[in-house]
Amino acid sequence: MSPLHRPIHRFHGGVHPDDHKAASSGTPIRAMPLLPRYLVPLRQHIGTPARPVVQVGDTVLRGQMIGSAEGYVSTAVHAPTSGRVVAIEPRAVPHPSGLFDMAIVIESDGLDRAVEFQPLDWQNTDPSALRNRIRDLGLAGLGGAVFPSYIKLNPGVARQAPSPIHTLILNGAECEPWITCDDRLMRERARQVMEGARIMARMLGVKSTLIGVEDNKPEAIAALNQARLDSDLEVAGDVEVVAVPTLYPGGGGKQLAYTLTGLEVPAGGLSTDVGIQVFNVGTAYGLRQAVLGGEPLISRIVTVTGHVARPGNFEVRIGTPVSDLLEAAGGRLADACGEIVGGPMMGFDLMDLAAPVTKAVNCIIVKSPTLFPPKPLALPCIRCGACARACPVELQPFEMYWFSRAKDFGKVQGFNLFDCIECGCCSFVCPSHIPLVDYFRFAKSEIWEREREKQASDQARIRHEFKAFRLEREKQEKAEKFAKAAAENKAKTAAAPADKAEDPEAARKKAILDAALARAQKAKEEMAAAGVAPKNTDNLPPRVEREIAEIEARREKTESCQDGVRTGP
Amino acid sequence: MNGSPFTLLANNSVSAVMLKVMAALIPAIIAHAWFYGPGIWVSLLLCSLFGIVLESLLLLLRGMPLGPFLKDGSVLVTAWLLAFSMPTLAPWWLYLVGMLFAVVVAKQLYGGLGQNLFNPAMVGYAALIVSFPMQMTQWPGPIGLVDHTISLGEAFDLVFAGQGAVSPDAYTAATALDTLKTQLRLDKPMADILALPAFGWVGARGQEIIALMMLFGGLLLLANRVITWHIPTAFLGAIVLTAGLLYLLDPGAHASPLFHLFSGSAMLGAFFIATDPVTAASTPRGKLIYAGLAGMLVVLIRNYGSYPDGVAFSILLANVAAPFIDTYTQPRVFGHQTGNGKKP
Repeated sequence: MSPLHRPIHRFHGGVHPDDHKAASSGTPIRAMPLLPRYLVPLRQHIGTPARPVVQVGDTVLRGQMIGSAEGYVSTAVHAPTSGRVVAIEPRAVPHPSGLFDMAIVIESDGLDRAVEFQPLDWQNTDPSALRNRIRDLGLAGLGGAVFPSYIKLNPGVARQAPSPIHTLILNGAECEPWITCDDRLMRERARQVMEGARIMARMLGVKSTLIGVEDNKPEAIAALNQARLDSDLEVAGDVEVVAVPTLYPGGGGKQLAYTLTGLEVPAGGLSTDVGIQVFNVGTAYGLRQAVLGGEPLISRIVTVTGHVARPGNFEVRIGTPVSDLLEAAGGRLADACGEIVGGPMMGFDLMDLAAPVTKAVNCIIVKSPTLFPPKPLALPCIRCGACARACPVELQPFEMYWFSRAKDFGKVQGFNLFDCIECGCCSFVCPSHIPLVDYFRFAKSEIWEREREKQASDQARIRHEFKAFRLEREKQEKAEKFAKAAAENKAKTAAAPADKAEDPEAARKKAILDAALARAQKAKEEMAAAGVAPKNTDNLPPRVEREIAEIEARREKTESCQDGVRTGP
Repeated sequence: MNGSPFTLLANNSVSAVMLKVMAALIPAIIAHAWFYGPGIWVSLLLCSLFGIVLESLLLLLRGMPLGPFLKDGSVLVTAWLLAFSMPTLAPWWLYLVGMLFAVVVAKQLYGGLGQNLFNPAMVGYAALIVSFPMQMTQWPGPIGLVDHTISLGEAFDLVFAGQGAVSPDAYTAATALDTLKTQLRLDKPMADILALPAFGWVGARGQEIIALMMLFGGLLLLANRVITWHIPTAFLGAIVLTAGLLYLLDPGAHASPLFHLFSGSAMLGAFFIATDPVTAASTPRGKLIYAGLAGMLVVLIRNYGSYPDGVAFSILLANVAAPFIDTYTQPRVFGHQTGNGKKP
């Protein structure tokens, strides 16, 4: 039964940062007091944000769905306590950008009344219906990536037919320094984790289940092994708890899969491409609670550590403002200088203490200048290759840095920029203190931006070309229409004389017209012969004729007066 | 930009790396002083001083901050490596010219730390040996082999005031590599040549112990992970292979591989110069090719070139090839089928 026989595959590189885990791992998971207000963001998972299904003013119960999954890659969110929805509006969320995002604000009524939780008859439920229930209970990966779990629990997700999922890996490596939430969970709730693992194994139909735990957590390993023996849940295949070497980033999904099985996830692929599905131990626990208890995911374990009075782990309701969580840990100590969400290797600075704990938040580290001294000035790269030796993906970070800095993004991609998992090992070991990962994040976002711009400009170009084409076509159509009409006209006029000759009425009219014209012409000639310029005064009423006569008389008079200076006509 | 990671490896900096390199040179310096007298102290001091002055001047001209760039210690490493490559007791201006080429031309004009294509110390050495062959080949002989042992005071006098009371003949001697070359041209049998006083147990007298100390220092660098095994192994391996092949072909005309390892600057080159990360190839396979090329050239130049030692030129030639070698030796990335040898 001992897992000692399992060969461990050592991935390339990796680093050993000071783990600081003892700061928070020594005390049991603590509960939080009920808070007057919770902020539940609608976007707590990868994919489409949940769609709110409550309105401002609605009364909700703990565990009631307040946002439903929208589309395929999505999952639901639930009320963390009973109370009233007071707002659905953009609020601070734990995101590196510091931007606000839509959240449902719930004012607690202090009663904490819950909906009735319905345990799922999971062994006799249609797998698809079961997965949809899990979606509606809000399960998402609690290791930090928060991918909706119900999708990953579908054995059909393997993209390649010859690669059905054969191995389930539970990730209990917890390789990031400072964080101990998974450690405490495994120690204290190993039985539930093990049950979750077995439910997962059954749903996926895997042959073997491996729980990988770094060997700096002997208590967790012992607890899991005990739970493995104790659990009376029906087993699909065997479950094995494997101690893996403590080496950051050994808890990266692809790294852990390699360590445990020797299988490399292809670049740009998923672990399912090699028949492996990986879940965090916290997700297994959450799944167990959902399936056997019918409870939606409304709380998780969060480590609060660093420069706080009483560091430790807390069972935190999703939606708890970070400021309240820090209060529960005794508050920030003097000269605290900011908070990290997640671990120090891959986490990010929290912009706003009002932001709530979401499903993705596993740790809050309060910084102090002693614990996290300011980074020294970056010097030029000396190509020492320490970064390349530390890179778990076997990239050449110094080359990528060179071209990222030069904004030669084609070259950076040639050095496989998009295989970078941003684990931070390169920056960690750089003797020149170059923030390499920042450069890679920059290069990635620039490339994405250019890709977007290119798409937009391609679209604009296509639109423009189509417009030009349309105008040209319309012009041509118009010209054709005219040409056709002209041709028809011509054909008509060509046919017309024949008609006329046969029309006596037309001939008669023409004769009358000709006679009139001749008369007019004759009158004109007569007048010209009489030396009278034609005056447009024929056929006028007598009053007008009189007026004209008066004007003529006046004009004659004035003209005669001016005879001395002007020669009149 | 100020994202993760928020924590960095402790006691890790460019200056720490450079300090470790300098510390690893100390056993060899002591051996040098033991066998060749106090001249090495003077040349180390002069090269360091000239280096710092020239580096500061150029940094000022380039508008760069002096503090962090002087503190990185790279100029001192260059100075010490050049001092090790040059004869001690040479006139002071020779050190100045050498450092001028090393620091100004090879390093700062290329853009300073990390930007140079060629190893600065080797550029300085190459410029000197081409321009001042006479001064550059006047090596003090090992103590016990020469008539006069130079005191520290005399060393300063010689360097600054030129040869006064002491004639160079009293303290200089042809190096082993030099002797080997000239004697072989005179068609002397190898056994007779190796019996000459310039030769020691396996290599050059005195020099072989310094080389041993270099090896020791180099192993310290390996243990401290300042360098990886690839370059020294390939460099020394190529020397052994090439020299061994020639030795097997004609032992009468070629020195043994062991002699090549423990004479001249083979060990200095293997652990301290070819390993200069800025100018070396950087991929694991690339390092092997790069250093193998350099090691092979060392033996070829020593045997067929006009200069007695070939470490400087062979490393400079390998420097030229390093970017090209890197391009075609990119390692396989995790999850990729094959090594992405060719870069776009």
